[in-house]
Amino acid sequence: MKAVIHIGLKQGVLDPQGRTIARSLAHLGFEDVVAARQGKTIELDLKYKDKSIAETKVKEMCEQLLANTVIENYEIEIVE
Amino acid sequence: MKSAVIVFPASNCDRDAQTALAKITGRDPLMVWHEETELPQVDFVVIPGGFSYGDYLRSGAIAARSPIVQDIVKKAKNGLPVAGFCNGFQILTESGLLPGALMRNKGLKFVCRPQKLKIANSDSMFTKAYGDETDVTYPIAHFDGNYYADDATISQLEKSGRVLFRYVDNPNGSMKDIAGICNEAGNVLGMMPHPERAVDPLHGGTDGIKLFKSVLESFR
Repeated sequence: MKAVIHIGLKQGVLDPQGRTIARSLAHLGFEDVVAARQGKTIELDLKYKDKSIAETKVKEMCEQLLANTVIENYEIEIVE
Repeated sequence: MKSAVIVFPASNCDRDAQTALAKITGRDPLMVWHEETELPQVDFVVIPGGFSYGDYLRSGAIAARSPIVQDIVKKAKNGLPVAGFCNGFQILTESGLLPGALMRNKGLKFVCRPQKLKIANSDSMFTKAYGDETDVTYPIAHFDGNYYADDATISQLEKSGRVLFRYVDNPNGSMKDIAGICNEAGNVLGMMPHPERAVDPLHGGTDGIKLFKSVLESFR
């Protein structure tokens, strides 16, 4: 079983990298880009057999290490 | 006063901290490797600057979960004085000992220069030796020094005098020009500038000496 975790900055937290990406896209002629937010993806290979246990454990991992919940949000996707 | 400096893989200001502590306290600090599980009996701990664990995941994130930091967290909650400079500040916010987070500099550039600061509160165990002196210059050298906390936390810090240092001409986008804060009990300091690199005329300035003297004086 695999977990794919998407981590990004919370709404309201200024993302200077995202802003720079959006500006650069506009320079390239992609003027319809309104905003960009940059985040990261972490993939975990897991031994769990039960999807709901995996979900609970990965959530604990996010809270304890993978995300800094002061500034970041995370989304967990479990792939079987 | 007995002190210790924590050494992580890719710490690079550990020896600056060692030299500063030896010079000002008159005793060589213990250098404690990050895999140690228990801090030796000391009066003051410095978490030095650098790029612990290569800044993997987030600056300070991995170091904050290392065995030695678990013990520091426990002892700091019982009153042990701890100061984190630069990466040390990032480790302290990641460990939960200090609120907020240090994000990428607003200008997206690594900033390395002598930095003017204002001492925002000289009634603390880290700043009392400065007395009426409010203008100091310490070096800064960081990529992730942009201090962020939610509004409630910022107003709490401001109201309780826990902002100890502010930038003059904000180099990184930190909220309220915050350069250094302490915890509620006043025994844990985190700051991005490097007082340990301003303790010798050859450093270009000696404004950092009084920070260590302040701590030393609280043990007299």
